[in-house]
Amino acid sequence: MRNVGIILRRELASYFATPLAYVFILIFLVLANAFTFYLGGFYERGQADLQPFFAFHPWLYLFLIPAISMKLWAEERKSGSIELLMTQPVKLWEAVLGKYFAAWIFIALALALTFPIWITVNYLGDPDNGTIIAAYLGSLLLAGGFLAVGSCMSALTRNQVVAFILGVAVCFAFLLAGYPMVVNAFQSWAPQPLVGAIASLSFLTHFQSIARGVLEGRDLLYFAMLIGFFLFTTTVALDLRKAD
Amino acid sequence: MIKTEHLSKRYQTVTAVEDVTFEVRPGEVLGFLGPNGAGKTTTMRMLAGFVTPTAGRAFICGHDVEAEPLAAKERLGYLPEGAPSYGEMRVRRFLEFVADLRRLEGARRRQRLDYVIGRLQLASVLEQSIDTLSKGFRRRVGLAQAIVHDPPVLILDEPTDGLDPNQKFEVRTLINEMARDKIIVISTHILEEVDAVCNRAIIIARGRVVADDTPLKLAARSRYYNAVSLQLERPEQLAAARAAVAALPSVADVEVSERDVRITALPRAGAAILPAVAELASSKGLALKELHLESGRLDEVFRTITA
Repeated sequence: MRNVGIILRRELASYFATPLAYVFILIFLVLANAFTFYLGGFYERGQADLQPFFAFHPWLYLFLIPAISMKLWAEERKSGSIELLMTQPVKLWEAVLGKYFAAWIFIALALALTFPIWITVNYLGDPDNGTIIAAYLGSLLLAGGFLAVGSCMSALTRNQVVAFILGVAVCFAFLLAGYPMVVNAFQSWAPQPLVGAIASLSFLTHFQSIARGVLEGRDLLYFAMLIGFFLFTTTVALDLRKAD
Repeated sequence: MIKTEHLSKRYQTVTAVEDVTFEVRPGEVLGFLGPNGAGKTTTMRMLAGFVTPTAGRAFICGHDVEAEPLAAKERLGYLPEGAPSYGEMRVRRFLEFVADLRRLEGARRRQRLDYVIGRLQLASVLEQSIDTLSKGFRRRVGLAQAIVHDPPVLILDEPTDGLDPNQKFEVRTLINEMARDKIIVISTHILEEVDAVCNRAIIIARGRVVADDTPLKLAARSRYYNAVSLQLERPEQLAAARAAVAALPSVADVEVSERDVRITALPRAGAAILPAVAELASSKGLALKELHLESGRLDEVFRTITA
C-alpha cells in the first residue's frame, strides 16, 4: 500500500512538471463555463441550480479524460520507463492504482476549481446545495469511470494517439448506451431485460440519478464495479504484455 | 547467487533465448557478450523479472524470479538497456523516488543518496531534469538508481554505453570496487571491457550460450595465443625475416603487415616459439624495434565463435 502512495506522489508531481496540467485545467474551466452559459442557458433558465453546468460534464469528459489517461501506460512503454518501474520491488496493482489515483486526484482538482460557479449560483439565488454536492460527487465518479476505461486502453498500446482514440470510442459506447435513441433502437426487437441491461451499463443513467441529488447504493456500486473491472483489466493487460 | 535453469524465450516466430543455464557466485563479475540481437538483453530482462520466460527458471539469491518476484527484486539492482527513466523529473527527485520504493529511510537513506551522488559525480546536475542531461549523465543516473539500495546482485545492461573514456574508466573502477562482495552481471559488446572488469565471460549467439570461461582462457582459444610479434627497424629486412621465421619448425603460419613493418608468427598447437624467434632474430642480425608475446585476441575468438 505504501508503494501506491509513493507512485501517486511521483505521478502527480509529473503532471505539474510539464505544461500539461496547466493547459488541461485551463481548457477544462473554459469549456465547462462556456457550455454552461452558452449551450446550457444558465441565466435564461431563471433557475437557481447547476443543472446546465453538470449536464455537459459527460461530453466534456469524453474528450478531456482520454487526453489525460492516454499517457498513463502508453508513455511508460514508449520511453521504456516501464522496465524501470516493473523491476523495482513493486506489485503491478500498486503501480496501476498509484497512477490511476494520481490522475483522478488531478481531475478532482480541476473540478474543484469550478467553485466560482457554485458561489455565483448561491449569490444569484437560493439553490439546493445538497443536490449540488451530490452532483459534484456524481461528476467525480463519472470522471473516475472514464479514467478507468482510459487506463485500460492506455495499457494496451505504446502509442498514445491509439490509446486516446480507443479511450474516446469505448467511453462513447458506455455513454451512449443510456441515450433514448439507443434504448429505442433496441426496444423494438430486443427482449426487455436486455434493453434494461444495456441501459443500466450506461454512464449517463447512473450519473444523472446522482446529479439529481439521489445518492443511491446501486449507482455508487455501479461506478465502484466499473472502475474495479477496468483497473483489474489494466493489470492483466500489463502483466501479459509489459515488455512488448 | 544467480542461477538460471534452461531459460528460454520464444516469440511467435523467433526464438530469442534458448536453453540458457548458468550460475554466478559472489565475487564473480560475469560479462555477457554477443552480437546485437543475440539475446543478451532478453536474458537480462528475464533475470530482472521484466520478461516472463517461455520455459525454464531464474533465481536471484535463491528466490525464483517468477514465483517470488518481490523477494528477488529487492535483492537486485538493475540497469535496463538504454537507462530509461522519467525524463521530466529532476535527478534528485528521481533518486529519492527510487530510494523510497527501495524502502530506504532516515539516516541510511540520506547516506546512500549522498554516496551514489558522490560516487557517480551527479552533484552538478541534481536540480536538472533528466531530459536535459547528456547521454553520459543519464547513464550515470541509471547506475545510481541501480546501486542506491546496495543490492547483493547487480545486473547492468551496457553500463558504459555512451560514456567518454574517462567516465568509462570511472564506472569500471566502481564495478571493480563493488565486485568484492557482490555478484555482478554486465552485458557489453566492448571486448576491452571484459578484460577490464570481468573474471568470467559468457558468449551468447543466436540465443544460445556458445562459450563460458574466464577471459584469459577464452583468449587462449585464439590462434594468436602465444604468437610472437616482431616489428623491424628496417623495411628492407622484411622479406628475408619473413622467410626465416616461416622456416622455423614450430611456426605454423606467418602474417606480415607492411604498413608497420611487423611479422606475426603463429605457433603450432602448444608450441612455445618465443625463444626460437628471438634466437633467429639475433643470428640473422635483424634490427628489432619491438618483440612481444601475444596472449590471444578476444575479438578474434569472438568473431570465430559467433560468426
